[in-house]
Amino acid sequence: MNKIKVRICSGTTCFVMGSSFLNDLYDIIPEKYNGQVIVEPSLCLGQCSKSGKHSKAPYVLVDDEIVAEATIESVISAIDKKVSSNE
Amino acid sequence: MNNNSQSIHIKRDILIRLVNAFDSGDFCKQTASIPYAMRPKGAEVPYRCCIYKEREIIKDRIIADLGFSVETTDESEKLEDFALKSLNNNEIEENPLTVIDAACKGCVPSRVYVTDLCQGCVARSCEKVCKMGAVTIAGGKSNIDSSKCKNCGMCINACPYNAIVKLIVPCEQVCPVGAISKRENGTAVIDFEKCISCGKCVAACPFGAVNEKSHIINVLKAIKNGNKVIAMFAPAIAGQFPGNIYQLKSAIKKAGFYDVFEVAQGADITTRNEAKELEEQLRSGQPFMTTSCCAGYNSLVKKHLPELQPFVSDTKTPLYYTSELVKEKYPDAVTVFISPCSAKRKEVQENKNIDFVLNAEELGAIFVGRRIELFEMPLSQYDCESSKQGRNYGSTGGVSAAVESLTDKNIPVKSCLIDGLTKDTIKQLKTYAKNKVCPDGNLVEVMCCEGGCIGGNSTIANQKIAKRFINSLLEQSSDLK
Repeated sequence: MNKIKVRICSGTTCFVMGSSFLNDLYDIIPEKYNGQVIVEPSLCLGQCSKSGKHSKAPYVLVDDEIVAEATIESVISAIDKKVSSNE
Repeated sequence: MNNNSQSIHIKRDILIRLVNAFDSGDFCKQTASIPYAMRPKGAEVPYRCCIYKEREIIKDRIIADLGFSVETTDESEKLEDFALKSLNNNEIEENPLTVIDAACKGCVPSRVYVTDLCQGCVARSCEKVCKMGAVTIAGGKSNIDSSKCKNCGMCINACPYNAIVKLIVPCEQVCPVGAISKRENGTAVIDFEKCISCGKCVAACPFGAVNEKSHIINVLKAIKNGNKVIAMFAPAIAGQFPGNIYQLKSAIKKAGFYDVFEVAQGADITTRNEAKELEEQLRSGQPFMTTSCCAGYNSLVKKHLPELQPFVSDTKTPLYYTSELVKEKYPDAVTVFISPCSAKRKEVQENKNIDFVLNAEELGAIFVGRRIELFEMPLSQYDCESSKQGRNYGSTGGVSAAVESLTDKNIPVKSCLIDGLTKDTIKQLKTYAKNKVCPDGNLVEVMCCEGGCIGGNSTIANQKIAKRFINSLLEQSSDLK
């Protein structure tokens, strides 16, 4: 089974809109999913460059799904959805 | 004290839109359209009673971002007119904070309250313990007469069912000097005679009802008008953005600034002077000395603890020395302090060498509005590399460690850290002044914000991350000699 890949945007817009508060995910994810989910920082994911889209930052990519206005809880629930659909 | 609530998210969203409006070439019209762009017709109403109130509150936030008091504005005035006024206005209003009435009104006045969990028990410990005679039992339930209750909380501790609670007003709760309180009509008001501009209420209000009055338009105008605009960033700012401080310099210059200085450079001067002063003071028999770089603390001493003044170091702040250096190099410059702190806005007003303040959020908004990606920035060197000690001024313990490192080793120095001003730590400081002795040390470092400036109310980064960024900078920096 392919591992799920989580990428947290650390571009300027996402950082200004609070992405540093997602940082605990780097500890939570490996522990919670036993290494089955990879989490890594990413350069700008390019979501905010469309006009007005900065208001939905910070963005996180869970495989190919974009989580907008990401919080620790919303990212975890997006991963859980992927995990259960993979099973 | 920094947090990441939804109200902060809205504030930053507005600031970014304001930068976009400024850069659009049609500032007044674009600014006036922000409430409608954020809450368009038919949009969901996430927080308030109706879309009109949401737009009105966004309008008020914009008025504060344009640099004006919300309390004293004429509600009938159009946002477009405020925008025009901010373009023509160069004066900075005296008090840095403003309360948005319409956004407040949320919480009930602070009081002790008996919940439905009250069992009307036979023990009646609540009634017995109350010295004010405020608690009576009626209808099988405890009742508190608010006209007699002094909010002491004795009944809360006495209740065996945890049925009595204290309802708090977050802004009142965090204000260390009792400067903010609820009026009869329910909205909060700041007593600026008492206020030390620490900004704790800004971060604490769950409705985001207290705002800093921004200088962002003043700064954008100065850049647009072709002035040499110089940025001086506080040591704590090194932990507020992705990338390193050399990329940060490039980014700030790309945003339109002419040159960039680390305030850590001035911190090195502060350290030298303060170490010398500490030696002199201790040798002459003074029992202790406190640091003097924290603007919130300086304001506290001035307004509430004048008896502590003789113990406060006379050394100037890192910002003071940095601005002197900048004005020496660029006498005709417009100078901007980049800060995590609202209290510094007050210090800046008293210093002719500094024109404006931008907080981390506001600088971040300019980066976002002008599409500046920090990781893509090249490295720019500084004329002067600051020391490891100077760069660590923004964390609790950093200032005292720096001063200690330069003090004559024959004089025993013991640091005492006041990590955050609260009602309790203020009492502690009061005792030091009264007894003319500090039992915990002879160098008292006072930080208004918990954790130091990296815990300031206008920060962006999670404090842990800020600390990590700054630590990696310290590893590359040399010791102060």
